[in-house]
Amino acid sequence: MPTAEQHGFRPHSDGAFVPVQTRSERFRSVHVEDFAPVTGREHEWKLSPVAAFADLTGGELDGSRLPLESTDAAGVALSWIPRDDARIGRTGTPEERASANAWSSFGEALLIEVSGEDEKVVTVTRSGLGSTPRAAHTVIEAAPNSRGLIVLRGTGDARLTENVEIVVGEGANLTVVALQEWSDDSVHLASHFARIARDAKLKHIVVSLGGRVVRVNPSTHLAEQGGDIEALGLYFSDAGQHLEQQVYVHHDAPHTRSRVTYKGALQGQGARSVWIGDVLIGNAAVGTDSYEQNRNLVLTDGTRADSVPNLEIETGDIEGAGHASATGRFDDEQLFYLMARGISEDEARRLVVRGFLAEVVQQIGDAALEERLIAALEAELQGS
Amino acid sequence: MSVLEIKNLHVNVETDQGTREILRGVDLVINEGEIHAVMGPNGSGKSTLAYTIAGHPKYHVTEGQILLDGEDVLAMTVDERARAGLFLAMQYPVEIPGVTVTNFLRTAKTAIDGEAPAIRGWIKDVRESMSNLKMDPAFAERNVNEGFSGGEKKRNEILQLELLKPRFAVLDETDSGLDVDALKIVSEGVNRAKANTGLGILLITHYTRILRYIKPDFVHVFVAGRIAEQGGPELADRLEDEGYDRYQVAETAAAE
Repeated sequence: MPTAEQHGFRPHSDGAFVPVQTRSERFRSVHVEDFAPVTGREHEWKLSPVAAFADLTGGELDGSRLPLESTDAAGVALSWIPRDDARIGRTGTPEERASANAWSSFGEALLIEVSGEDEKVVTVTRSGLGSTPRAAHTVIEAAPNSRGLIVLRGTGDARLTENVEIVVGEGANLTVVALQEWSDDSVHLASHFARIARDAKLKHIVVSLGGRVVRVNPSTHLAEQGGDIEALGLYFSDAGQHLEQQVYVHHDAPHTRSRVTYKGALQGQGARSVWIGDVLIGNAAVGTDSYEQNRNLVLTDGTRADSVPNLEIETGDIEGAGHASATGRFDDEQLFYLMARGISEDEARRLVVRGFLAEVVQQIGDAALEERLIAALEAELQGS
Repeated sequence: MSVLEIKNLHVNVETDQGTREILRGVDLVINEGEIHAVMGPNGSGKSTLAYTIAGHPKYHVTEGQILLDGEDVLAMTVDERARAGLFLAMQYPVEIPGVTVTNFLRTAKTAIDGEAPAIRGWIKDVRESMSNLKMDPAFAERNVNEGFSGGEKKRNEILQLELLKPRFAVLDETDSGLDVDALKIVSEGVNRAKANTGLGILLITHYTRILRYIKPDFVHVFVAGRIAEQGGPELADRLEDEGYDRYQVAETAAAE
């Protein structure tokens, strides 16, 4: 049985229990049974529709290899490695039950190795996962001084909980795009754990468009000096969709930098988004430069966007740290203004949403992918 | 020869206190190339007239007609009215986050003309118009009206007027909040647009100040939702000296 301490509750001096205050001190385990069954009242689940995926947080999971297709590029190698391989578990440990359930259940892990200093792009598409609850584990490893862009894409039906480890070697420059284009009924819960070595850079981009519930929680450990994370997110929540991201950046070494920018649009009855952004600047992280922001554009009534930035600073000696959150409506006056210039209502909406989300799309750094995403966003807008 | 006709226009607006009749029978005929000043005190319904012509959903026409060369404007959607050749320069232009001025202007021009403008000529036109209005070229890449000062927003309205080339423009208190330099620049823009395209203008203002720079052919005094008096430019001079008190006294007397 898990104890109160494991859930982060410690006796207070007056005998009362207080929750964990520091983000890095949350309870962690790779064993699902170390976590109590999910009720929806837990801080990490309280904004999620937990009843929609009890099978992923509590049930038995199929841990066999996921069906996937991959493009090829010199300097990127895919292989399957056994769960006891030493390359697994170097970046982080689950902090909640769905992640731990995946870790307890996967058979082999997909290893994606990036080497060589040339730019290259590889897209790994997971599709046809069906309705069986599944577990998966992926390790993306960028060798020292390597460069590359890896797209991890999901399409079709899925009920998937997974962990993705991202190991960025010294001086490497890696981009990882998690692209969720699942079918309307799919559920996808993912925890990404990135460890950034000295003077390395990770650009991490979460793009969630399709799926009934999609929750992608990237954690980044800036473990060595000079590490840099650019965490970007883009989501478009339609009627009945729940798109969530809990982003955590841990500055744990001198002169590290983080930029977190998540932008989302919501449209239709019951469209829902959750963004929680935690930044912890540890006492070793002198000279930290950090900024996080979340912007939501509400297109219709009946939507809800939660946006919660948290910033914890344990050293006074930093370059800068800031956060911002804003949720605004696409209001009737904007519509009137654009239409009064001859622009049709549909075109006016497209113009505003495209402009709003393009800021993130343009930072992906791969023209073909950017073009495809713009087209996918157009389709989202048309679908209303 | 284009003509914009407003006939016996009655307009209601829904407020928290219920329905209110704002326009109570307005008649106005504006021919191509004419400048009509509509002047009146606050709350007389001037802006309601402007927004009703443009088709803002807040205003409900209960009686009367608006015709553009005989076409029923009231049957058109907001964007159809703009494409038919009507333009409203707004008193409080709205911010459009994420949409640059360049992108917005090109999209509007394409919508109005029914085809995309030839790229080189268009870029030159935009640059020239911005330069004429003494707008910093950097504005082109900024989001529409976002972080613009009051004067910058008004110049941006006139920039659109010059580039979209409507047949009739309604200028809703374009002069309000402008210092004298900005007022001159904006007025020159309006005069230039008129010289270039011969458009008809409905100039709505509270003050006579702008009429020093934009010379009206006709002046209409608006009081309590209808036209109380009309005349030539000399009427504006009289308003300058006497203000609106004379009409409001008459209005109060009439109501009793």
